[in-house]
Order: sequence, then structure tokens, then C-alpha cells
Amino acid sequence: MEAVIQKKSEKQGIDEVMPSNEPQDIQVGDKTVGKPFADNPKMAMRNVNVHYGDKQAIFDVNLDIAKNEVIAMIGPSGCGKSTFLRCLNRMNDTIESCRVTGQFILDDQDIYHPKQDIVPLRARVGMVFQKPNPFPKSIYENVAYGPKIHGLASRRVELDEIVEVSLRKAGLWEEVKDRLHSAGTGLSGGQQQRLCIARSIAVSPEVILMDEPCSALDPIATAKIEELIAELKQNFTIAIVTHSMQQAARVSDRTAYFHLGKLIEVNDTKRVFTNPEHDLTEAYITGRFG
Amino acid sequence: MDTSMLLVVGLLMTAIAYIAGRGRSISVASGVGGVKNLNSLPFYYGALTALWCGIPSFLLLAIWAIFDDYFISQIVVQELPEHVKNMSESELGLLMNTVVNTAQNSSLGLSSEPHILQAAERLRGLEQTNQMAMTVAFISAGIIMMMATWLRIKSNMPARVHVEHAFKWLLLGSACVAIFTTVGIVLSVLFESLRFFQSVPVTDFLFGLQWSPQMAIRADQVGGSGAFGAVPLFAGTMLISMIAMLIAVPTGLMAAIYLAEYAHPKVRSTIKPVLEVLAGVPTVVYGFFAALTVAPVLRDTGSLIGLDVSSESALAAGLVMGVMIIPFVSSLSDDVITAVPQSLRDGSFGLGATHSETIKKVVIPAALPGIVGGVLLAVSRAIGETMIVVMAAGLAAHLTMNPLESVTTVTVQIVKTLVGDQEFNSPKTLSAFALGLMLFTVTLVLNFIALQVVKKYREQYE
Ligand SMILES: Nc1ncnc2c1ncn2[C@@H]1O[C@H](COP(=O)(O)OP(=O)(O)OP(=O)(O)O)[C@@H](O)[C@H]1O
Ligand SMILES: [Mg+2]
Repeated sequence: MEAVIQKKSEKQGIDEVMPSNEPQDIQVGDKTVGKPFADNPKMAMRNVNVHYGDKQAIFDVNLDIAKNEVIAMIGPSGCGKSTFLRCLNRMNDTIESCRVTGQFILDDQDIYHPKQDIVPLRARVGMVFQKPNPFPKSIYENVAYGPKIHGLASRRVELDEIVEVSLRKAGLWEEVKDRLHSAGTGLSGGQQQRLCIARSIAVSPEVILMDEPCSALDPIATAKIEELIAELKQNFTIAIVTHSMQQAARVSDRTAYFHLGKLIEVNDTKRVFTNPEHDLTEAYITGRFG
Repeated sequence: MDTSMLLVVGLLMTAIAYIAGRGRSISVASGVGGVKNLNSLPFYYGALTALWCGIPSFLLLAIWAIFDDYFISQIVVQELPEHVKNMSESELGLLMNTVVNTAQNSSLGLSSEPHILQAAERLRGLEQTNQMAMTVAFISAGIIMMMATWLRIKSNMPARVHVEHAFKWLLLGSACVAIFTTVGIVLSVLFESLRFFQSVPVTDFLFGLQWSPQMAIRADQVGGSGAFGAVPLFAGTMLISMIAMLIAVPTGLMAAIYLAEYAHPKVRSTIKPVLEVLAGVPTVVYGFFAALTVAPVLRDTGSLIGLDVSSESALAAGLVMGVMIIPFVSSLSDDVITAVPQSLRDGSFGLGATHSETIKKVVIPAALPGIVGGVLLAVSRAIGETMIVVMAAGLAAHLTMNPLESVTTVTVQIVKTLVGDQEFNSPKTLSAFALGLMLFTVTLVLNFIALQVVKKYREQYE
């Protein structure tokens, strides 16, 4: 093996350097470049640090999410995208070793305030997960779950209405309207994921967090979800983590690039994918590592 | 040589076969350029030779040892004088017994009749010849098989495949032992029950409301009427099992929820083993705890509030049995609750549900089939439990649903009909088999349902 590699590099000569996996020569820098802040933020995060036990996963991140925008978060695996996203509706509370510091403001409200109740918070900031996780209940019950918990409907007709509207918004109504009472787990992967989106829409959240919502889906189901995101943008603010740069380019308004727990660059999506400001971002989107 | 000596010799032969086979393969290997050119490692050739030597010769020994007594006694009987041969079956059996005993120890002086002494002499002679023949056959079979295999060893012989095959059969055989035992038990219970149902009609047994199995054994005896209605027994069993499940299911389930959902890992790792110790307490200990501690407490409390609690009550037995079953329910439920995927909990938390809402509405429904399976297993355990009820529930077959009275259960009656001096053919004794059959059927059905439910639950998440 070693002999072969040596031969190869001999042939390549000196001016053709093999692309290294980690471009150490590029400075990470302490400040996020680009436009991390917005004029009318829906959510504003300041000086966010996250530790898992002794290990720091997020370093001093500052970011605004504007109203009705879709912000994509990209970066190499393990760079802290999910961790950051999960901070936004305090899903990290369930992980014992996880410690979050910094300010998280949702419409002037500090969501990590000791008096903040996480139940209404999670109703306002919903979450869709990487793997579709419908409850082992009927399709109807899956969507009605949130509204029931939060007491959003006092009568059956109201609940029916919420279920229908949510399923319509998630683009699933036509496919399931005849079998609302069959098991949600019996749907296809893509339908399940749309069901999960419908489930989070049903509690009328203001922000929807999506962690790699298409990574378990085929291209057609993915296209449907992307279409859906474009529509949902009218009513909701969306933060989406994705590994697909094409997806980020297609669905998002702004793109945030994370690297080893630091927020490197935030810019308009077009700018990030055509003319990134930071060398690390460029290295990532041109596929030199990731 | 006697048979135990033969066993030692056989093991020795097998060991020699192993060494011989292994050595042979190595010497064969040197002809083809070393052990690496053999089809299998030398170990496998040794093992194969040992198997070929050991299994046939031991099989021969086993078959021989099973049948030789029969043939020898046949020969002896054939040579008895005519008038003796014409005796009835049972008399002949008795006579042969005397012959065998005389042959083993002639100084006992059991009989002085010449034809018996002669037969005993003949028997002794035959046995000696037989033993010798067996020794010769056993050893020569072993050696011949060993030689034959030894000669067949070639460098391309797939010894490993053969040995693996033999190993597979060994495993299959072990599995069959369990199955055949079960089948044997079922068949024997079934046939004895059929004999019981010849004297007592099935309908009387299944629907009769009276259980008093005392029967006159001789015609001149004063005895019970011999009523074999099993309903009171099944009612008693159900009553006690129900009380037990009323205790065990809620307690066990809640303990499981606490352990799986709330307990800190450290707490969990101490509480869980402690709970499982409960399952390891011998049931007889629970039994006297029920009879000597719980029952008197119940009776005293009962009399305080003006209730008449009998000193042996269904309640005492049921309570203690419930405690005994808690670990079954909790341990199985804990497993299925832990197996509910974290993603479901996350989904529920993500919608703003609290922990208890998530448990109530997502985790428990998702785990329900598994929990039901666990509970059904616990029920069949409760129905089959004997020691506690024998000691604490009483023996009187009352048909009652009052937990404060003494009742009896199927298992208790089985014990009762079989202890003490019994005539083996009386309906009273045989009724134990019928009860056993019923019990077996009920628990079998319960287990079957439970396994189906659990299986379905597993499929849901795989
Ligand atoms: N529950 C946890 N306990 C300890 N460390 C964790 C935990 N979850 C994540 N981490 C660590 O935090 C860092 C960031 O993880 P995170 O899941 O946020 O990465 P990610 O960017 O979402 O990666 P991916 O693209 O692979 O999903 C990683 O180094 C990871 O090992
Ligand atoms: Mg992730």
C-alpha cells in the first residue's frame, strides 16, 4: 500500500499538492463573516456556548433568524448543527450532560429564562426530526396529538378541522383522506415525514426546526418536502439542517456554515454558493472536505 | 467387565482414537507438504476419528444394555417346566422376580423348589456369557470403527465439515430432548386423563359444582360420594390469580415506568437487581410468609372492623402471590418500555408534551403489546403456582367469590390427591391427571397468546 502511494505522489510532482482532508492553512477566525444579523429577527441568539460534559460542541455563536425566512445550516458532520438547532426549542434539556449558555430571544422573550415554561415554547418552536417518527397511532391521532395536549380544540369538529388543515398544508391530505384512521406507521417514508411535518404544523408553531428532514427519503419524496418548505415559508419561519448543498441552495434564503462548533459564515444563499466570503466555506462547498 | 467399567474403557478408546486420527493426519500431511495442505486442521481429523469410534460403539452398548434383560428372561422362561409356563402373566412375573433375586443372592433362601433354583443357575450363567459378549462386541466395534476411519484419512478428506455436521446433530439432539420430554409428559397426562374420563364423564368434570374426591376404595368402606366437579377448583384458581394480578399489574407496571423513564441510571442499576431478587425467593418461603404472617394479620384486621375472615383465605394467598409476581411484570415491562425508540419520545417532547403526557400517550401505548405479553406470562405463572396456595389458601373446595373465605385451587388438589397412600387406579388419583391436563391447556393457551402478542410487538419496531 505505502509503496503505491509513494509512486503516485512522485508522479504528481511538486506543484500538484493532494487536497488535504482538513485545510489547516485556512484561519478559522473568531468572528462570523457575512450577515449573521437581521433587521426584524424572529429569533436572536447571542454568545451561545454548548458543552457536553467537558467537551465543548458550540463556540460563541451569534445568529439571528429573520421572520418568515428559511435559513439553512450546513457544515461537516459533527460540527454542531444539530446541537445548535436543538437549543432553539430546548430539546437539549433531555440530554443530561448537555449545558447551554448564552441568550436565546424569541420575539423579545428569553427562552432559557428560569421561569420559561417549555411546554408553550415547544408549541411555538416545533421540530421535525431526521428519521420520520410517527407515533404508533392512526394518522388522525398523530396530527391531533399536539392540539389535544395544548387544548387547542374544544370540540370534535374543531379538531377535525385542525387535522385537515394541517394535512393539507403538509401536502398529504389528498393521499390519506380516505384512511385517516389507519396506522401512521403504515405510510411510506416520505409520507411519514410529511405526516410529522403536519403534526408539528397542527399546533400552529411560529418557527419550525428541521434536522435533516430528507436524509432518509428518496429523491421524489425529497422534492415534495422541498416544495412544501417553499410553501410553509409564507406562514412560518424555518431553520433547516441539511447535508445536501443543492437542497440548501434550493430552499433557503440564507445559509449558515458551521465548522468544528464555530459559526464561520452566514450569507444570502446565492452568495454562499457562488461567491463565499470565507475560505473554509469555499473549501466545503467545493467539496474539498466534509 | 461390568457396564460402568465398559464406559471407562469406551472413553479411553475414544481418546486413543482422537490421538490416532490426529497423528495419522499429520503423517499424511508430511506426504503432501505439511499441515497447511490438509483439507482441515489435524484437530478435526482427531475429532472425526474419535466420533466414529465413540458414537457407534456407545450406541451398540446402549441398545444391548436395553434389550439384554428381556432376551435373557425369555430364554429362562422358555426352559421352565411346562406347568409353570402355563401360569398367568402376573404369577409368572412374580416367579421370575424370585428367580432373579435368587440368582443375585442364593443365600437368601427365597425358594427351594428345584425348577427355580435351576432357572436361577441358568440365569446367572446366561448373564455372565452376556456380559462377556457385550464387552467383546463393544471393544471390537470401537477398534474396528477406529481402524476404518484411520485408514480413510486422506489429505483431501473434509474432516472439518464432517465434524461440524456431527456438532449440528448434537445440538439438534439436545433440542429434541426438551421437546420429547414435553411430548412425553403431555401424552402420559393425556392417557391417564382419558382413563379418568372413563369412570367420570367429561361433562361432570368440567361443569360439576361439587368437588369431593374421597371415594370408598372397598365396597364395605364408608367413604365420600366421589364428586369430581372441577368448577370450584377453577373458580378458586381464578379468584386467587385475579387478586394476585390486581396487586402485581399496577405495582409492577408503575415500578417499570419509574425504572425505565424517571430513575437515574445509578438508582436503576441498584433497584432493578433488588426487584429481581424477589423473583428468586423460593415460593415455599412466600408460602409460609402468607400462612404465618399475612393470614393472621388479615384475620385480626378483619375482626377489628367486624368482618369474618377465615384463617386461610384467598385474599392472603392472592396478596402474597401478587407480590411474588411483581418482578415478572416489572422486569418484562421495563424491557419493553426501554425498547420504545427514543425518537418517539423526542417527537412527543418536540410537540410540547410533558414527560408524563409522553409516557401516558406515546410510550405506554407503543409498549402496550409487550406489556400485555408480560402480564399474560405472569398470569400463567399465577395459575400454576402451588406452594403459596397449598399453605395459605386452604383445602376446602368452596364455590365462592368471597376473597375472605378459604378456597382451593387446581394445583392444591393435584397435590392433595397424590400425597399419601393411594390406589393408583382409583378415580381420585386419576383426577389429578385430568386437572393437570386442564391446567396445562390453560397455561399453554395463555403462553401461546402471550408469545404471539410479544412477537407482533417486536415486528412493529424492527
Ligand atoms: N448527546 C451527546 N453527548 C455527548 N456529545 C454529543 C452528544 N450529541 C452530540 N455530541 C457531540 O457534539 C458534537 C456536535 O454534534 P452534532 O450532533 O450537533 O453534529 P452535527 O453537525 O449535527 O453532525 P451530523 O451532520 O453528523 O448530524 C459532536 O462532536 C458530537 O460528538
Ligand atoms: Mg445532526
